[in-house]
Amino acid sequence: MGGTIQNRDAFLGTIAAQLGREPKMKVEKPIWKHQPQRTVLAGASLDELLEVLRVQCEQIHTDIVETTKESLPVALDEVVKAYGGGPISLWKDGRFGEYGLSGLLEAKWPSQQIEVNSWDPSLGEKNIELAEQANIGITFSDMTLAESGTVVLFSSADKGRSVSLLPTHYIALIPKSTLVPRITQASDMIREKLNNGEQVPSCINFITGPSNSADIEMNLVIGVHGPVKATYIVIEDC
Amino acid sequence: MAMKFSKKNFTDRTKDNISDDFMRQAVASAQERLHGRRLDAAEELGNWEEWRSHGEEIRQHVLENLDFYLHQLSENVAERGGHVFFAKTAEEASDYVRDVVKKKDGKKVVKSKSMVTEEINLNAVLEEAGCEVIETDLGEYILQVDDHDPPSHIVAPALHKNREQIREVFEGKLDYHKTSKPEELALHAREKLRQEFLDADIGITGCNFAIAETGSISLVTNEGNARLVSALPKTQITVMGMERVVPSFEEFEVLVSLLTRSAVGQKLTSYVTALTGPRDEGDVDGPEEFHLVIVDNGRSEILGTEFQSVLQCIRCAACVNVCPVYRHIGGHSYGSIYSGPIGAVLSPLLGGYDDFKELPFASTLCGACTDACPVKIPLHELLHTHRRIIVEEEGRSPISERLAMKAFGIGAASNPLYSMGSKVASTAMKPLTKNDRISKGPGPLKDWTDLREFPAVGNTRFRDWFYDQKGGK
Repeated sequence: MGGTIQNRDAFLGTIAAQLGREPKMKVEKPIWKHQPQRTVLAGASLDELLEVLRVQCEQIHTDIVETTKESLPVALDEVVKAYGGGPISLWKDGRFGEYGLSGLLEAKWPSQQIEVNSWDPSLGEKNIELAEQANIGITFSDMTLAESGTVVLFSSADKGRSVSLLPTHYIALIPKSTLVPRITQASDMIREKLNNGEQVPSCINFITGPSNSADIEMNLVIGVHGPVKATYIVIEDC
Repeated sequence: MAMKFSKKNFTDRTKDNISDDFMRQAVASAQERLHGRRLDAAEELGNWEEWRSHGEEIRQHVLENLDFYLHQLSENVAERGGHVFFAKTAEEASDYVRDVVKKKDGKKVVKSKSMVTEEINLNAVLEEAGCEVIETDLGEYILQVDDHDPPSHIVAPALHKNREQIREVFEGKLDYHKTSKPEELALHAREKLRQEFLDADIGITGCNFAIAETGSISLVTNEGNARLVSALPKTQITVMGMERVVPSFEEFEVLVSLLTRSAVGQKLTSYVTALTGPRDEGDVDGPEEFHLVIVDNGRSEILGTEFQSVLQCIRCAACVNVCPVYRHIGGHSYGSIYSGPIGAVLSPLLGGYDDFKELPFASTLCGACTDACPVKIPLHELLHTHRRIIVEEEGRSPISERLAMKAFGIGAASNPLYSMGSKVASTAMKPLTKNDRISKGPGPLKDWTDLREFPAVGNTRFRDWFYDQKGGK
């Protein structure tokens, strides 16, 4: 791929010398003596994880809506209307169809003059412009961390980083089956992909509620550079 | 700004700050909030000590094998098409960044919060080269707009300013005409900065942790500015201190969990972003070109010394938030971008004793910092080590203290001298004593009595009292 590395040998040589040895070309990671992260919510059922997520959503100033696959179009429509409608920015993602949302996205909303823009790599930069003007960005969650109330998004050509970032509001669609205890399981999954010869995507986002800041007198302000409001819609899928 | 930002000496800096009532009250309340939130977050886990031990073992392992992990990191960054530059000095680092920006014909640079770019004085170098540099973290932005006011806290840089002061700064510099409500101020910054993100051609970030196994860098923020900086400009340059590496995602997540809990009491911040190389083929957003600058700037000289453990630091500021000295003198008194206990240990190591020799003495050695540290850096012991070196090896203790110690040494070594000295002490100090108190002490006592009274020397010597207690035996 053509990356470059400059000044490495001297730099690492200095480090090795300070440590009083030759540079190391191989290191085995030890088996860690402590692994407290593995015990958090260990063995919890999906229902138990969902309860943890519900409670955590209050902490992170995020609304949570629970629905079935059948009622999802109605539930999503309600949240979108509550946020003031379009324009809407979406990932290009087969899951919208699988979860029965094609009618809503392709017929109902356009008929109500709600503009819907699916990420389309062939449009190039235009995608970013559309996401920037969007009122709402909607993505699926690839993995959902109950403990922290986090949705994990893997970017790709069809799944731009901007959709969960630039619009004023953000909606994450969370299939209940994507719930895991915490970020530990997400890291395991990433490493598993790596071991299977896949490469990690250029951008992985762990998103926990809307953007916020406490930089002015330690007062919490919700909504700074990223979305100012966020809703998680949890879909019963198992 | 460079690491050292003040020409005043430590005593004058402290005097200025200690009389700033707003600052002191703001720091006290911030400390209480952040400290309280950290305790809650730790308690919730139930086994915080085990988490700390795990954090410590990871960081120690990395430092012991730092050359290996940096090698692996650089290989993997390059394999994904990124460019890695190892910079021995601050100048090498900032010159490299400037050259990349020039080559890209960059005019507007947006930055997310990074302590190491402050350390290498990057903004000044880029501005000198004719670039516009915009800090995008809300706190950093406020400071930058206010004519580059220095940061006073590693995590909350504008902690020392109140909302009215911020409103005035915005009114004067940003054409702001609303109230001092934090929501309105933040909204104004959002609107101003959004356009800057879209217009910028270069994005510069720091790096909370770099992941060797995948060649990834990570950014931990609440505001989302680091995501914008890394998603929109065509070129991204990430600057990291060389110790900021972890072996794999397995250790990364543990350290992130320790960082967010210790810094702000959150299980995770709003955004934790792991970026690997430039954008993938077909990606629409993300940078086309990615550069990683790995900075030594004095860190390697700490390796293999008794101070090595300070490089375990993950920059959470938990130590700052419990420090009784920081509470009273505030961040600016330290004269370094690194304040609080970690600053008092690190600044003399990176910046030298000439500028920072007072800092290790500005501590009660109470050890609260050590207890708070999520990766178990023995901070108060390192402060003590600094003191020992400053006094014994560098011979830099204050002259009055040296003379006093010398006099005491002579007096205490000779029985007749000691006996006479301790007998006349009470009489000698009498002119200065009022109601059993000395409030205007001479010589070395003056620094003490400037702030508080000193108890008068007793009329009875301990030796005589002890002798009497034993019934004259």
